[in-house]
Amino acid sequence: MFIRFVFYYLILSFALFTNVNSAESGGMPQLNPEFWISQIFWLTLSFGFLFIILSKFILPKISNNLELRKSQILENIETAEKQKKESENKIKEYETLILNSKNQARNYFNDARKKIQQDINKKREKLENEINEEINNAEKEIIDLKNKAPEKINKIAMETSADLIKHLIGEEINNSSISAIVEDLAKKNKDKYYGN
Amino acid sequence: MATNPMHQFNVYRIGPEIKIDQIDISFTNASLFMIISCVSILLIFNLGTSKKNIIPNKIQLLAELSYTFISKMINDTAGSKGKPYFGFIFSLFMFVLFCNMLGMLPYAFTVTSHIIVTFVLASFIFIGVTVIGFIKHGFGYLKLFVPSGVPIVLLPLIVVIEIISYLSRPISLSVRLFANMMAGHTMMKVFGGFVISLGIVGGWLPLSFSVALTGLEILVAFLQAYVFAILTCIYLNDALNLHH
Repeated sequence: MFIRFVFYYLILSFALFTNVNSAESGGMPQLNPEFWISQIFWLTLSFGFLFIILSKFILPKISNNLELRKSQILENIETAEKQKKESENKIKEYETLILNSKNQARNYFNDARKKIQQDINKKREKLENEINEEINNAEKEIIDLKNKAPEKINKIAMETSADLIKHLIGEEINNSSISAIVEDLAKKNKDKYYGN
Repeated sequence: MATNPMHQFNVYRIGPEIKIDQIDISFTNASLFMIISCVSILLIFNLGTSKKNIIPNKIQLLAELSYTFISKMINDTAGSKGKPYFGFIFSLFMFVLFCNMLGMLPYAFTVTSHIIVTFVLASFIFIGVTVIGFIKHGFGYLKLFVPSGVPIVLLPLIVVIEIISYLSRPISLSVRLFANMMAGHTMMKVFGGFVISLGIVGGWLPLSFSVALTGLEILVAFLQAYVFAILTCIYLNDALNLHH
């Protein structure tokens, strides 16, 4: 209410105020044609000058700069993408390298293990061969000994029995008869003595 | 005399009287403010383009933003065909904007509050647009006055209305800017006068009005420059792309 009152008051005073003043100065200075030509002249001059300078010198610069910025930003984005791809490739390379080297290491390890195993096997075979040979030799010797044993025993038996007889009787007996008896006995008791 | 709200619009001679064949082209306060506007525009834009940084500094950003603003406005209203007229519309917008804004300074003169200035600009645009239209379309440009899809009975009336509205373009364009600027500045002067006349007791209310009006006037100053430029673009669009 108060504001409305004040507003009416202001408008009323404005009306009075302008009436008084316009009576004094004679209306709008805009409609006074005294300086119209001068204003047109100076407007054409200044606006023409402004237009020429702006469109010939300043606006091309701005548009150049904007284009430059656009192209530079695009370029930067391109290089960034390129570098990103490169780095991804590098990472892939690195990973394959690591994988390869792991594989290689495993291969080396396997190779070494195989070699060692082969070595061990070889040596073992060699050893086994040697042992077998020796066993064979020993067995041969044993068999030899075994085979030779009856003859020797027979011989010893013959000699001892000949000596015994000589001592007991004091007479020498024909060797051949003794050996015949010993062989006969040996044949008879072979199983008893050797067990096979 | 100083309290007369219309006093601020007075044009007076600065320096000697210059006459060419009885025609008075003396340097006045209006001329002074036109030149101040032009010089400040050129100064700001020269500073804005002196360095070519990828990341712009403040003044460069201002220049580039106004460039893209006007360029987008032309592209939106007149399409790609409006590109050759970019320089003119840019200068027009900047000139009107700076004249309006400089008028907001205390004791400054508002160039655009004079009907003759706005009328010269508007009629130049009107004549230019008409010439462009006739150059681009020949007499086909007259189709602008015959909208398609109108019943044949109404056609004579519509054509008359279209012709009147076309011819009134420079008047509406110039009066819009001039009246807005004059009314705003008169109002501010009136409220300023009230602050003095009502004194310390009652002066606070008109003072607050004055403060609010200053904000409003700055908005109007920008808006009227924008409207002036965008209407120019729309008229240009009519002349360039004839599709009525």
